[in-house]
Amino acid sequence: MSPNDLRLFIQFTMTGISEGALLALIALGLVLIYKSTDVLNFAHGEFMLLGAFITWDLMVNYQLPVLLALPLAGAIMILVAIAVERLMLRPLIGKPVISIIMVTIGMSSVIHAIVGAIWGPKRQVLPQLFPEILEGPGLRIFVEGVRRPAQMSYERIYWVLVAIVLVLLFVLFFRRSRQGIAMRATADDQQAAMSMGISIQRIFAITWSVAALTAGVSGLMVADFDTVSTSINEVVLRAFPVIILGGLDSIAGAIIGGMIIALTEQYVSGFIDPSLKNVVPYLVLLLVLMARPYGLFGEKIIERV
Amino acid sequence: MNRRMLELNNVEVIYDDVILVLKGLSLQVEEGQIVALLGSNGAGKSTTLKAVSGLLVPEDGEVTDGSIEFLGQMIHNQEPSRIVRKGIFQVMEGRRIFEHLNVEENLRAGAYTTPHRQQISEKLALVYEYFPRLAERKQQVAGFLSGGEQQMLAIGRALMATPKLMLLDEPSLGLAPLLVQEIFQIIERINQEQGTSILLVEQNARVALRIAKHAYIMENGRIVMDGTPEELSDNADVREFYLGFTERGQRKSYRDVKHYKRRKRWLS
Ligand SMILES: Nc1ncnc2c1ncn2[C@@H]1O[C@H](COP(=O)(O)OP(=O)(O)O)[C@@H](O)[C@H]1O
Ligand SMILES: [Mg+2]
Repeated sequence: MSPNDLRLFIQFTMTGISEGALLALIALGLVLIYKSTDVLNFAHGEFMLLGAFITWDLMVNYQLPVLLALPLAGAIMILVAIAVERLMLRPLIGKPVISIIMVTIGMSSVIHAIVGAIWGPKRQVLPQLFPEILEGPGLRIFVEGVRRPAQMSYERIYWVLVAIVLVLLFVLFFRRSRQGIAMRATADDQQAAMSMGISIQRIFAITWSVAALTAGVSGLMVADFDTVSTSINEVVLRAFPVIILGGLDSIAGAIIGGMIIALTEQYVSGFIDPSLKNVVPYLVLLLVLMARPYGLFGEKIIERV
Repeated sequence: MNRRMLELNNVEVIYDDVILVLKGLSLQVEEGQIVALLGSNGAGKSTTLKAVSGLLVPEDGEVTDGSIEFLGQMIHNQEPSRIVRKGIFQVMEGRRIFEHLNVEENLRAGAYTTPHRQQISEKLALVYEYFPRLAERKQQVAGFLSGGEQQMLAIGRALMATPKLMLLDEPSLGLAPLLVQEIFQIIERINQEQGTSILLVEQNARVALRIAKHAYIMENGRIVMDGTPEELSDNADVREFYLGFTERGQRKSYRDVKHYKRRKRWLS
């Protein structure tokens, strides 16, 4: 390996980690909905879109400071999620899963159209979100014999940290909190959960709210890496293979799957051919599923002893 | 005189708008009692419990006639989450533990309607005292517990909610006789020590009658007989069909009883 190849490898790894954090966060939101409702939410990308545009709008058009804009955008996302759950999904409880999936597909085009109508197709630049504690171009790693360093902007480093914190909060929430345990119980056995006094409708409302929040955050992340645009939702297409790879219902699977896919994307498109980037997630997926049909962490039904 | 805790009056339950399963069923549970509801498979015992706990709703079942009163309040067709908060907790047939949660998380799920931390840790301690085997397996994933341990967990989960009335659906199902004895002793202790009233559904009439104060026998969606365990054990029909004795007091084989039941159903 030449010194420059080594630099490129380091560069691709750093970019891959931040992209992986993004894919993992998106996958987490999808897994959350899938675990508790058995539904693959095809409107997740549009929730991302909404989160990014609402935050941008609050910061730019309403001139709100970050620390006000973010909680407000979060609150709006929760309201949207609750409205969607109550008006479109609750009437479908008990109906075949496929009808609910169709509804999420319909919902995705409706939200996309609404966002386009309100904010237009123009690409916008998201104002700075993170405080400027650290100045300069970011983290640089020099390889002996090469002048250009491998580098990662502070923005991306911050986002990786945000993703790590969110994942930790997620895990804590599901292991420790009353609602988190109730959500897992509901995912396991709805009727038994009801017999505990858990209100399934309440759980679904919480599930959709949390999922919409993570979608909003991942939408912001895409917007910050790139721009605020009506194509933010397309990133979800890279996250679907992540959750299938990870096993659909596993949080660990979402994280590790996200990293594997993002890193492979970087190495393949960097070292082999950039046009392969969009195919890579699906190629990796095919290879893994051939060896492990339930994904890396897919659930095997527990057999009682 | 004991207070009336639960009263079902001429309850009719229909599934899917057409399948009539309870056909005017009445029964009472006095405060502090263990009452047994006996009957063969398909008689409607589970349906009766679900009508009380509100768990009919997700099965598209509905109380269409009669009334269910708990401590003087009408509760039929209410949401289970409201009924649990009023103090009724059903331990469903087949245990229905949360397989992917560990033992302690299962118990915490049972305490969902108990928001006070202090009370939750007291209840955890209480459950572990009744079921030391669960204490040894706190962190174990519940799906890997043995059948007996899962039944203990299911009852422990109910204890976590501090119910006034516990509905137990066939706790002896699929367990070895020795374990059945152990679990029934604990049910009796919970009744005496915690003052919990219990409505106990069983196909295993013999063990149920041993701890019950009063028992009902149901067939085909109706109560056909009730009385104290002594009265029922003296009744020739009950001895024959539910306790498996012939007139001369010998045990009949399971197959004979089964055969008789099948014939009876075919005739009716
Ligand atoms: N969800 C349901 N939908 C339709 N019929 C049901 C349902 N649950 C039970 N039944 C019918 O009601 C009758 C009584 O069932 P159940 O209450 O489970 O009896 P038991 O608990 O005494 O064995 C059975 O004939 C059963 O087929
Ligand atoms: Mg039953």
